[in-house]
Amino acid sequence: MLTSTNKSRPVYPGLAPRPFAQRHLIAAEGEGAAAVAELVAAGAADFAAKASILYTAGASAPSDPAGRLGALGADSLATFPSIETLLFRLDAMLATAGMGTALYVTGTEGFIGRVIALAAGHGIDHLTIAAEHRGSLARRVQCVHCKGFTENVTTSVVACSHCALPLTVRDHYSRRLGAFQGVCVNAEDPSEAPVAEEVFR
Amino acid sequence: MIAPQIRVRVRDVEEVARRVKRFRLEPADGGALPAFSGGAHVTVSMPAGGARPLKNPYSLTGAPGETAFYEIGVEKVEGGRGGSAFMHEAVRPGTELFIAPPANLFPLVARARKHLFVAGGIGITPFLAMAAQAAARGDRFELHYAARTSDDCAFADLLMQRYGGAVHFYHSDRGARLDLAALVAHQPLGTHLYVCGPERLITATLDAGRCAGWPEQHLHAEHFASPPSGDPFDIRIAGSDRIVPVAADQSMLEALEAAGLAPRYLCRGGACGECETAVVACDGTLEHHDHFLSDADKAAGKKVMICISRLKGREVTLVV
Repeated sequence: MLTSTNKSRPVYPGLAPRPFAQRHLIAAEGEGAAAVAELVAAGAADFAAKASILYTAGASAPSDPAGRLGALGADSLATFPSIETLLFRLDAMLATAGMGTALYVTGTEGFIGRVIALAAGHGIDHLTIAAEHRGSLARRVQCVHCKGFTENVTTSVVACSHCALPLTVRDHYSRRLGAFQGVCVNAEDPSEAPVAEEVFR
Repeated sequence: MIAPQIRVRVRDVEEVARRVKRFRLEPADGGALPAFSGGAHVTVSMPAGGARPLKNPYSLTGAPGETAFYEIGVEKVEGGRGGSAFMHEAVRPGTELFIAPPANLFPLVARARKHLFVAGGIGITPFLAMAAQAAARGDRFELHYAARTSDDCAFADLLMQRYGGAVHFYHSDRGARLDLAALVAHQPLGTHLYVCGPERLITATLDAGRCAGWPEQHLHAEHFASPPSGDPFDIRIAGSDRIVPVAADQSMLEALEAAGLAPRYLCRGGACGECETAVVACDGTLEHHDHFLSDADKAAGKKVMICISRLKGREVTLVV
């Protein structure tokens, strides 16, 4: 669910053009491509000419989004084979960007979290980053026991992809890690075997 | 709650520029003062002749971490309410004063990639401690300091000596103007801008940042406002028959304190929001001078910051 009583649970107000920005740096994953198209359409006439788009299909399987993005007329469009490769390039772009550059991110929550965590390392306040959730509600989860990350988690309980403990996925979110907290579900009695439910489709 | 006051003794007084004196304050009872961070201020109570002491906030200018003494820089304001004149004329080594413990409404952003400090005149004071803290952390920073003349440029030698090329001076009598648009145009992403000085400089600096596409979260200002004078009026305390008169040169907060009440406060300059007070009824027009309430709140007239705002009219009823 995207609503929660947990205060650490992030909300994503959606993409809107930042007025007066000199550059627009847009990181998009999977179905976020549609949000990028809407963002460019909502922007001023010179928005696309000031925009750099970084795109990866990521975990989703969208229908030719890169083709649609190509038609937007952005100053530059780069497509990446994975989230990791996109982040590597984004890191280098943030290192040389100037104030007045607006950062936008859209896609699954795990992707948004990783971009915001990367930007924080460059001194960018997370509230200045426009974010829009698109696509699957799958979560990026950190196991509190072994600290390993498990990507694209759609169920709670889920087996940690590193230490194999069965984890309850909580709404407790870490902005630093860009991940939800997974806690062993049967620590008291390992003989219990709770059923995994698909809750983050 | 309001923290207890600290009794301090003036260790020494030094003239550091035309009309600016630096005071070193040490704990009167020995021991150590509370630690503070760059950008923090203390509120000094000054027995300046009235029934109740005047209270002015002053930035701490010493290095954060120094707890044996505090330093404040005070500019003598002509035609002010008498606080700075009292500090300049009546306070000398050995004088004892009361201060409220440090509070910080202007802290460094720990994750900033670079700090850009813009100071005008006496607005330099918070940056002395902030620059010291940034330097100690190994943070990148620049200080841009505008003053009318080199005689008005307090702490210039000290800043040059400590930070050299990171400090840039602009003296208007020599025609050197701080070009704000150029300054904000080429800063690395992740820079945070901090401005302190005259209201005009603050507005121009923040506007320059916004026009260059800087987000609000990266723009920080310290407003050194003192309560403006106006016409006298009355405060009615809601739920009682009690009336507290506010003199022409008195703030509502000061009037309530003089009447023996103890409203909450922190900055006494309309910045922090601590003294926000509910307005029940109002015969007249509220004159909001604070930087805390939104324009919508100011228009609604249901809240007022009693440290700095006034009434133009007969009577305002407050929940105190």
